[in-house]
Amino acid sequence: MSSAFSWIRGLPALATLAAGLIGLALLLSFFIAPEDGNQGISQRIFYIHVPIALTAYFCFGLGAWKALLLLWRGEERHDLESYVAIHQGTIFGLLTLITGAIWAKASWGVWWTWDSNQLVLFLTLFLFYCAYFMLRFSLPEGPRRSRSSAVYALFGVALIPVSFLAIRLAEDFIHPTTFTRDGPQMTGTMFTAFCVSWVAVTLLAYVLYRVELVGKRLHTDLRELREALE
Amino acid sequence: MTYLADVAALTRKDLRVELRAQDTLPAMLLFVLSTLVVFHFALPEGTGEDAAYGLLWVAIVFTALLGLARAWVPEQEHGVFDGLVLAPCDRSAIWVGKTVATLAFLLAAQVVALPAFALFFAPLDAVALVGVLLADIGICAVGSLMAAMAAAGRARELLLPLLLLPLSIPLIVGGVGSAISTEPERYLLLLALYDGIFAVLSWASFEYVVTES
Repeated sequence: MSSAFSWIRGLPALATLAAGLIGLALLLSFFIAPEDGNQGISQRIFYIHVPIALTAYFCFGLGAWKALLLLWRGEERHDLESYVAIHQGTIFGLLTLITGAIWAKASWGVWWTWDSNQLVLFLTLFLFYCAYFMLRFSLPEGPRRSRSSAVYALFGVALIPVSFLAIRLAEDFIHPTTFTRDGPQMTGTMFTAFCVSWVAVTLLAYVLYRVELVGKRLHTDLRELREALE
Repeated sequence: MTYLADVAALTRKDLRVELRAQDTLPAMLLFVLSTLVVFHFALPEGTGEDAAYGLLWVAIVFTALLGLARAWVPEQEHGVFDGLVLAPCDRSAIWVGKTVATLAFLLAAQVVALPAFALFFAPLDAVALVGVLLADIGICAVGSLMAAMAAAGRARELLLPLLLLPLSIPLIVGGVGSAISTEPERYLLLLALYDGIFAVLSWASFEYVVTES
């Protein structure tokens, strides 16, 4: 299994870089960026919450792209890649919900608010992608499972804009008044902190994606070797 | 032309099976009427018509789920599915046929359920009916694909609602909005957009979820 070495090439360096960037991002967002005049310290979660949310979208998009490649070219390896990307996306989606709830509690005094479109969208997506795992684990392993999962993953990216539109429209009859979240005008250091944080979280997600992929592939190889021995 | 003929033949088959066995439609009818009666007790006095419109949509989606859960059962039980996949027709025609058939069942159930709703709770205007029709198309289009996916797995009855409910949230927003909003056009547009996007996606991807290799 010489390919195992190519799978992990560069991974330790990337992981170190991701850890360093995360440290730098935390330093920037907690100590360097100025405190927001309106929201005070609670605004600082913005540097973590928003990059995590964007990364979750990125992972769902990556999962759908791999799913498309699977359906298009029929290469089996894209199935595992799509699954792992969606798995990471779901984890980051859950983190988005948690950090969003903390922010809602700090800003508006409640843990959950239906007024935040982004949070409602994430809840919908979270439920959708949880069903992805239910689907995947109830089908017998094989090409049909790969393709059913891929089709469902593609439905996910179509659902994101349509749901967003629907949730925006639903505001009219569910909550006539909404919180205006014309975000704080970001100063230079705030913007830098945000960007560093975004790059750091994206890189972290990519490293986790690679690590999980290596683990899953090694597991499969090991199983095949065991079967060959028996 | 042959594509349409295939679709017509497949739809006719589903309607004939239902006409003879009467497995699905009576159950859907009874379910939706029972649900409406349950709503009477679930809605306290003075909650207003808007709440009733919201619950109507719960009833519609769950009735559709009931029908869709049975959609591929005849094919599964008698091994018809393999025959259909092997038949010399475009596989997507199977999906179109099933969608039209389930849509017919759902509409038939609603022919009874909607007047009953108007009688028990609140009137429905023409715009709301258009909303119902558009949402029905979306539910049946996406639902018959999801039901085909779920049918291959263990616990298929459990799986279908989990797959379909998150996908049907935009439809519920559109349906409720078209019934109670003062500017219903935007909601009808949303429903039409949903139908367009997801019908094309389902049509294009059906082949992938039913073939074995």
